Amino acid sequence: MATETLEQIKERIKQVSPQETKAALESGRAVLIDTRDAVNRQDARIEGDHYAPAGQGANEAHSEEFAQRVEEATGDRETPVILYCGAGNRSAVAADVLEKEHGFKDVASMKGGLTLWEIQNLPVVIPEGMSPEQRNRYSRHTLLPEVGVEGQLKMLNAKVLLIGAGGLGAPAALYLAAAGIGTIGLVDDDEVDESNLQRQVIHNTERVGQPKTESARKTIEALNPDVDVVEHRTRLDASNVLEIIGDYDLIVDGADNFPTRYLLNDASVRLRKPVVSASILAFDGQVSTFVPFEGPCYRCLYPTPPPAELAPSCGAAGVLGVMAGVMGLLQANEVIKLAAGIGEPLIGRLLLYDSLGTRFTELKVRRDPECPICGPAAAEIPESELGKFPDYELFCAQ
Amino acid sequence: MPTIKVPPVLRPQTDGEAEVSVDGGTVGDALRALADKHPGTRDQLFSPEGDLNRYVNVYLNDEDVRVLSGLDTSASEADTVVILPAMAGGS
Repeated sequence: MATETLEQIKERIKQVSPQETKAALESGRAVLIDTRDAVNRQDARIEGDHYAPAGQGANEAHSEEFAQRVEEATGDRETPVILYCGAGNRSAVAADVLEKEHGFKDVASMKGGLTLWEIQNLPVVIPEGMSPEQRNRYSRHTLLPEVGVEGQLKMLNAKVLLIGAGGLGAPAALYLAAAGIGTIGLVDDDEVDESNLQRQVIHNTERVGQPKTESARKTIEALNPDVDVVEHRTRLDASNVLEIIGDYDLIVDGADNFPTRYLLNDASVRLRKPVVSASILAFDGQVSTFVPFEGPCYRCLYPTPPPAELAPSCGAAGVLGVMAGVMGLLQANEVIKLAAGIGEPLIGRLLLYDSLGTRFTELKVRRDPECPICGPAAAEIPESELGKFPDYELFCAQ
Repeated sequence: MPTIKVPPVLRPQTDGEAEVSVDGGTVGDALRALADKHPGTRDQLFSPEGDLNRYVNVYLNDEDVRVLSGLDTSASEADTVVILPAMAGGS
């Protein structure tokens, strides 16, 4: 059988004009699918469309993955669907494939593509909020269909607070800044020490003696000027925690002691702020994501802190430098998923990492029905009591 | 004989062993067998009354035994008992 020409395909399939497409979209009669490459989608698109790239010459339209992406938008293979592309060629071939090979019953291609649509002065959506430099800087993000310009803009608009600009905070801050998280707050009252540099890679030898928040800010600004860094040169306590965390959307817990972790938990549940929490010691790390009332909180997981001999600090017991990187980046990964609204965060899941064996273990974490902080019978505690245990003497594992 | 995964902070009490196989029909039996084999772990796992300390989390495979039958949860040869202490380090 001779290869069909594009003209022959266009003769056979249903083609609709841009005006007809607009009417169908507005009435809800059809679902509109953009079949172009991701990079074209960044320039302009039609509002209300869905995305299923068909590839060069629509060669990817033959795949079941393409059909499934279209079906995700339509719900079934009977609903009328209109495909479009730049000039109406790729969409024509893709429409033909969708009908003949994937069993879609009512498929059309928009004649003339987006080019004709714009010539006829029909409205397009141009992603705003990103300059040409940003489009270039974040191109490896926006090329990912799951992220796109929309996800990147969400990251640019996100405000993330890091408790601690040390082992966990350092790598997390670096990669969150690289990702374009628009506002990064840093809570740390410590100064850079040479012994930090084995793992706190946001600092360097020249910064020894400087406040960690200042050092981190300088590195972040040099890496990505899009990021607004807010320094909080203090330690969290019951008198300032609500005020400090109140300005942020997401929190990264990189604290080095239990009192701060419990305080942060109680306050973040009160203000409904998600916390991505990790901890490291020697060759082991743990990470989980706590979204108040959607999943467990820190106290659901650890109702009571252990005595000092069961919880040494990194300073006392040591920590492999790369552990900070691995766990800090897992935290950053969680933040990005939450900010962009993609993927599956570690809600209700505790991920353990053993670097000596290079093994991950996942444990289930459930909401504790008797949790004094997020349980159904939890009473609101006064601010002065945040992070405290009425029947337990607090200690500091330093 | 279920396997017990010993967290790093308890390994000094188990002569450095990260995994210990013990006899045990239940999680409680397994942990008590561990404490018998390595007496240094007893105080860290159990209160003087013999209850599991509140600050020690124990999992049967991936599920907290608190949502199962606590120390009475059955533990078979194919199961792993994970002892999980909280860690605070972040710096």
